[in-house]
Amino acid sequence: MADFEIPALKEYPVIPPVKVGTMAHSKPFVAKPEHQAGVGYPGELVDNWEEKAVTRLGELVKGSRALQVFLDSCVKCGACTDKCHYYLGTSDPKNMPVARQDLLRKVYRRHYTFAGKLFGALGMPGLVGAADMTKEVLDDWYSYFHQCSQCRRCSVFCPYGIDTAEISMAAREVMDSVGLGQKYCNEILGKVHKIGNNLGLPEPALVDTLEGLEEDVKDDTGVDVRFPVDQKGADVLLVTPSADFFAEPHIDGLIGYAKVFHQAGISWTLSSYASEAANFSMFIGSGDNLKSTAMRIRQAALDLGVKRIVVGECGHAWRVAYSFWNTLIGPFDFLDPKYPVPQHICEVTYDLLQRGALKIDKEANDHRRITFHDSCNVSRASRMGNIPGGQFIIPREIIKSVANHYFDMPANTIHESTYCCGGGGGLLTDDLMELRIKGALPRMEALQQVVEENDVNYLCAICAICKSQFTKVLPYYKFPMDMIGSLHQLVSTAIQLK
Amino acid sequence: MSALTITYAILFYAATAILVIGVGRKIFIYARTPAPLKIPTTPAPLTKTGVVWRMLKEVTVFESLFKSNKWIWIFGWLFHAALFLVLFRHIRYFTEPVWTLVALAQPFGKYAAFGMLAGLGGLWARRILVDRVRYISSASDHFILILLLAIAASGVVMKFIPAAHTDIIALKAFFLGLMYFDLQPLPGDPVLLIHLALVAALMIIFPISKLLHAPGVFFSPTRNQVDNAREHRHVAGWTAAETPGKP
Repeated sequence: MADFEIPALKEYPVIPPVKVGTMAHSKPFVAKPEHQAGVGYPGELVDNWEEKAVTRLGELVKGSRALQVFLDSCVKCGACTDKCHYYLGTSDPKNMPVARQDLLRKVYRRHYTFAGKLFGALGMPGLVGAADMTKEVLDDWYSYFHQCSQCRRCSVFCPYGIDTAEISMAAREVMDSVGLGQKYCNEILGKVHKIGNNLGLPEPALVDTLEGLEEDVKDDTGVDVRFPVDQKGADVLLVTPSADFFAEPHIDGLIGYAKVFHQAGISWTLSSYASEAANFSMFIGSGDNLKSTAMRIRQAALDLGVKRIVVGECGHAWRVAYSFWNTLIGPFDFLDPKYPVPQHICEVTYDLLQRGALKIDKEANDHRRITFHDSCNVSRASRMGNIPGGQFIIPREIIKSVANHYFDMPANTIHESTYCCGGGGGLLTDDLMELRIKGALPRMEALQQVVEENDVNYLCAICAICKSQFTKVLPYYKFPMDMIGSLHQLVSTAIQLK
Repeated sequence: MSALTITYAILFYAATAILVIGVGRKIFIYARTPAPLKIPTTPAPLTKTGVVWRMLKEVTVFESLFKSNKWIWIFGWLFHAALFLVLFRHIRYFTEPVWTLVALAQPFGKYAAFGMLAGLGGLWARRILVDRVRYISSASDHFILILLLAIAASGVVMKFIPAAHTDIIALKAFFLGLMYFDLQPLPGDPVLLIHLALVAALMIIFPISKLLHAPGVFFSPTRNQVDNAREHRHVAGWTAAETPGKP
């Protein structure tokens, strides 16, 4: 098993004392030249990379008010220092949001501020928090900007709203642009561009999988629930993370969506061309890739002639869809204006439940004692419904409509204060296992509380990354691996098709 | 006119120019730099009025900081509120006659100086005592706290220790003289000279230091954006560069 210590779950969470350098060794595999080529970056560290990195940083800051303001405004008050799950789980001070930002801020200050240039010229840049771009700095960047899941929890608590996610995205873009990329994200993005989804699942395999699902559901319920692909003229294009097609427990969520559409009589289809909701371009801060990856969805919607676009259970994909699609691939004037574009599957199910359009047997979920893990990108970077905070209300209302036993985790670990699962932001890779396990600590402590007090046995999530991450890390904390499940798996269990 | 008066006159003209031009330039840059994507930290207001309310809470009662850490909030808010009263009180040295409101605020502004000292002292103590905050502090972070503490302390000494009182009438004449380009002699009391030199230093470093958080917070996209990405198509900077063709 692991050659590091699994953090102990404490009765009350404590802020650990600083232990310098405990995670300096944590680095994901570096992208090979072919992975870099797939996303349009140089294959290896370019000549003169120091200078080019500084130049690229300058371009990014010039094009982003967020970076400009965030890099200038931090007063080092310390409010964020105990907010990051990776700091709480590792004690490494460079995992404190402000310290992570400072890795980039010091280079910005050295090259793009008067104070940094002056004290740099005097040979004392450190006095004003400035530093040159050196190999040591680059190593730190590669290590610690891949210990940020871009969950935005720090941005909730910062008095200026400084969002470390923006800074870590910029850092990854700078590194990519000089030829230092992360294998996991860049390889996956290459597959999306080439094949259409993160898993590299080609069309025949996708069709085959979905036919198998139709048979499974038929065996289970005796009802012909369809999983259509590339069906022209369908009302709804469903775009969902490809993990929903075969990973456990994701797949039970997909079955839930299909049952909802079936019972509501909504015609829907998947697209083999755009068979992926995920858009890892956000994780690496690449505007070009973000746009081209999103553009597939617009193209698929046009080709299939659908009226609505619905997004499945996926955290960062919902952020990209909700917050960025209209900007990147809008306007959506070719879709039915009666529905928001895009719509979250939870919004669809919630509306149907409100209208009494779904036949539900709540008792079918009575063996489950459920808690809900708010996914970071849904909670802090998007919305559902038409009121602020709808993203917290709607999933919980769905759960309470389809099940009898629901319990919230402690208030400072849910809603906008939710803790990341530990695997978001492009870190869901086995080469970062130690980080993922340690980063899950705050969520595991919160979970333990409802397990002890309320006998919770079902951890419900609406994000493909959360589901995969929890499947992997729950056993390390002595929880059963299968206690993580989709929200629409609960719907699937309770819905009465006949 | 004495060399001292001329030196301080030049110092304050220069400091004012640096402060106004420097901060003005930064505000111009913040306003001009595009925000290509919608990134409000949600839940966020759905209307512009809602955003004004959110920002108002942020800059008056430090709402996010309150959620974050009660100690930093107490010290930080105490310092800023006290600083506001003290600055407000100081308007009396630049206006003739003194505005009624400024006159009324005088006793509060006088004692608020102790609030500044307490707030700054608390913040500095955290910077030294809390290991996480100590780790993130650089020399300039300590320097700015010391500078503010020294400004407040020298002010308190002048105000509350009779032996250190300065000729406040003459001082006011000096500043009014600066404003109307009619130079008047500056009193030579050492504590006053220290106080004024430090204030000028603060004005000079303002636009090149983290004190930019003051204008910065108003431009922070996570706080000032409306949550209406689906309803209104937002484009700026690189996202405005090209729009997909009509179907």
